Amino acid sequence: MFSFVVRRLMVAVPTLLILVILSFVLMYAAPGGPFNSERPLPPEVLANIQAKYGLDQPFWKRITDYIWGVVAHFDFGPSFKFKDRSVNDIIAQGFPVTLTYGFWSFVLATVVGVTLGTAAAIKQNSWLDYLAVGFSVGAQVLPNFVMAPILLLVFTLWLGWLPGGGWNGGEWPYLIMPVIALSTSYMASIARIMRSSMLEVLNTNFIRTAQAKGIPMRRVILRHAMKPAILPLLSYLGPAFVGMITGSVVIDAFFSTGGIGTFFVNSAFSRDYSVMMGITILVGTLTILFNLVVDILYAWIDPKIRY
Amino acid sequence: MSLLNIQDLKVSFTTPEGEVNAVNGLNLSLNEGETLAVVGESGSGKSQTAFATMGLLAKNGRATGTINFDGQNLLGMSTKALNKVRSQQIGMIFQDPMTSLNPYLRISEQMAEVLTLHKGMSKRDAINESVKMLDAVRIPDARNRITNYPHEFSGGMRQRIMIAMSLLCRPRLLIADEPTTALDVTVQAQIMQLLGDIRREFGTAIILITHDLGVVAGFCDRTLVLYGGQVMEEGQTETVFANPTHPYTLGLLQAVPRLDREELELATIAGEPPDMSRLPAGCPFSPRCDIAMHRCATLRPTLETLEAGHRRACHKPIAEVV
Amino acid sequence: MFPNRTTVEDIENAAALAEVQGRSLWASARARFMRNKAAVVSLIVLILVAAFALFGGFFAQWERDFVDFSLMGRNAHLGVPSFETGHYFGTDNSGRDLFARTVQGTGISLMVGIVGAMVAVLVGTLYGATAGYFGGRVDGIMMRIVDVLMSIPFMFVLILMLVIFGRSILMLFIGIGLISWLDMARIARGQTLTIKNKEFVEVAVATGVHPLRIILRHIIPNLLGIVVVYATLLVPNMIIFESFISFLGLGVQEPNTSLGALISEGAGTMQYGTLWQLLFPLFFFVLTIFAFFFVGDGLRDALDPKDR
Repeated sequence: MFSFVVRRLMVAVPTLLILVILSFVLMYAAPGGPFNSERPLPPEVLANIQAKYGLDQPFWKRITDYIWGVVAHFDFGPSFKFKDRSVNDIIAQGFPVTLTYGFWSFVLATVVGVTLGTAAAIKQNSWLDYLAVGFSVGAQVLPNFVMAPILLLVFTLWLGWLPGGGWNGGEWPYLIMPVIALSTSYMASIARIMRSSMLEVLNTNFIRTAQAKGIPMRRVILRHAMKPAILPLLSYLGPAFVGMITGSVVIDAFFSTGGIGTFFVNSAFSRDYSVMMGITILVGTLTILFNLVVDILYAWIDPKIRY
Repeated sequence: MSLLNIQDLKVSFTTPEGEVNAVNGLNLSLNEGETLAVVGESGSGKSQTAFATMGLLAKNGRATGTINFDGQNLLGMSTKALNKVRSQQIGMIFQDPMTSLNPYLRISEQMAEVLTLHKGMSKRDAINESVKMLDAVRIPDARNRITNYPHEFSGGMRQRIMIAMSLLCRPRLLIADEPTTALDVTVQAQIMQLLGDIRREFGTAIILITHDLGVVAGFCDRTLVLYGGQVMEEGQTETVFANPTHPYTLGLLQAVPRLDREELELATIAGEPPDMSRLPAGCPFSPRCDIAMHRCATLRPTLETLEAGHRRACHKPIAEVV
Repeated sequence: MFPNRTTVEDIENAAALAEVQGRSLWASARARFMRNKAAVVSLIVLILVAAFALFGGFFAQWERDFVDFSLMGRNAHLGVPSFETGHYFGTDNSGRDLFARTVQGTGISLMVGIVGAMVAVLVGTLYGATAGYFGGRVDGIMMRIVDVLMSIPFMFVLILMLVIFGRSILMLFIGIGLISWLDMARIARGQTLTIKNKEFVEVAVATGVHPLRIILRHIIPNLLGIVVVYATLLVPNMIIFESFISFLGLGVQEPNTSLGALISEGAGTMQYGTLWQLLFPLFFFVLTIFAFFFVGDGLRDALDPKDR
């Protein structure tokens, strides 16, 4: 098991490196620097600023410095736009917010999706099944930027039950709509995947064996069917998690939650490259870590995979 | 009184292509400790009879009639009540040992749960008992290998494990659904020998479902020949083999390759297995029968008793069949 | 010289036979598709939506970039959808005709979806077929690259690219298409592995046909079914993707618009009582996505009935 994790990490590190280099090269290749504003700066001022941020250095020096900073100190450098703030400060402010609603969205989507999908499969062609299928078909056309305005419309403008935005330290009234908006379409997909894989497992010979042994249905599902049925879902969870973190961009825009998405979009419009890169690399790292966890889970559930 | 008594069993499936009738009015009875072979081609309804007995029919399947086991009708029993019969009273082993064990659970977990659930044993006792049973079916090094996963065993070994698992609660009846079909010939013989030993040691009644008459000969007291979900002929194995009275039985016996006779060509039964959604009104075998008469296609022959325990369903007089 | 007559006839016969067989395969698929009511209705809906995008402009009473200054600032009262003013869907926040803009937005969303899916499918199929065909080390390296690329948060990289290289529809096409080819590559590879072992490919290999030719002539045509299905299911995802980007203001730029951009604008103004600005684009968005999903599902069941 240990060597399996190590081998996976050995793939993860170059991936991360590629990501860092890719985003750095993109930034380097950008026509016009971050300090080209409408009102051109005097050349000597520009030179000063560029020297301050190290932009006058040759390419290889800049990229090695950057990578070293990221790898050795988790330091993404200074923001190009906010004079006194580093990229780390900005991430430290926005990331916990994103992670909070991202985490709850993920939990909600997975728990509800798996339960609904399983229940639908057990009671195939019952009203519960039709409900689940209807939901999973209907909700897949409700990505976060469609859910968010609908929720705001209903619960804030019409019913007035929930605050229309803000974070307030993540109190639950402020958490509900972001989490629902973010999780709905993923919940639908998870329910769909779970239902079809559970149906497939329930038709296997080993489930028939378990029934022939006189094992109660509940135990057959939980003990015999759950593990194999959840395997196809695992490979979907990685992209789903990334999608929920990416969805931060929309959630922050609608609910003014002040997560990492706000900073990403703002920096995109103000060409604050160092912030964009920092966030991209952070999310990339999370993705890679999450995929690693999924791989380990996979190996743990399926005994046929050798570490 | 017989241990198992099936009366007028009908099994049908609702499919998009229409109603499929797998079993059409089957009668069968089995005494304590007796062995019965149920023989027929694929699609003759033999497996569905077993599934109906165990309450394992697919969701689109329906069974009518009565299946009396030890005085209680298994059909229409709640799943909860049925779970008390399964494993404890009736054990079952399946055709394909490669897929019949759960690949995601250790053998120890799959075996022990039977005992912890049905006998209320502790996990430790259950595993000890399981090891004993694995020894009995001659799994080498059972004590250590019980923690392995199914994919770490060969097909023959897995079938032994299946047999051991089905015997854990000492059931009075064991239904073996083509237990050797998926295995190599040498392994087949070993498994059949094992089943014979089990029958002697435990006194378990066995229903052996097979399409292979060669397997039946030395093993079963009685033989039941099925075609199109109906009984064609039934009797003591020696009687049926020595004096078959039904054209289908005759065809089956002639199709068995034999080493003691030199034949240029292996005899086969012409035609294809029946389409269960469009059976003829009369004898299901009539479209393939060489000696079928006019009424064979329209009038269903009844099971008539020839002598004690020997029955046949055919319009033709015996003299004209043999 | 004339070629041997019988040979020509044989070839023609064989071709005719192949055609008959080919037709019967597709014909039975079509029959299965036609039995699927949801898919057929969705296909009709899609045709109607496409017609709306193509010809809706002829019915518009106003140019899509004409600002109706008489309505400015009084949108909530005067910009409501009505036949009298000719603003069937009302006006947007700047006083432009929402009907004309929805027509254009639907068209652009459809186009981005279809072109994006085509780019993804083209790149993915070629890549996956190549990896699967050569197998061994080449396959290992090529699929490893796919694995690596899959763990890059492309949405962020795409936004980065849009910011750096400027926002243009072309950039959007390339970006969206290039992100989505990874799944297609995996599917195509898996299918190729099974096709590779079929007799007709082995014959081609044995007779020394160039690998590229084998891939293009023998492998790719046999991938067609699954490619069509995947492409149909990919289009709605592309539209969602584009809408997401446009929603952020990084996609289609003014005066052009897409459904995502319109939803974004409509959502931004809904507290002012101009709900139609959200609901009309949202309606077309949901309708289009729904229809594509159903058609894709229907195609999958029709072409691969065992996959259920």
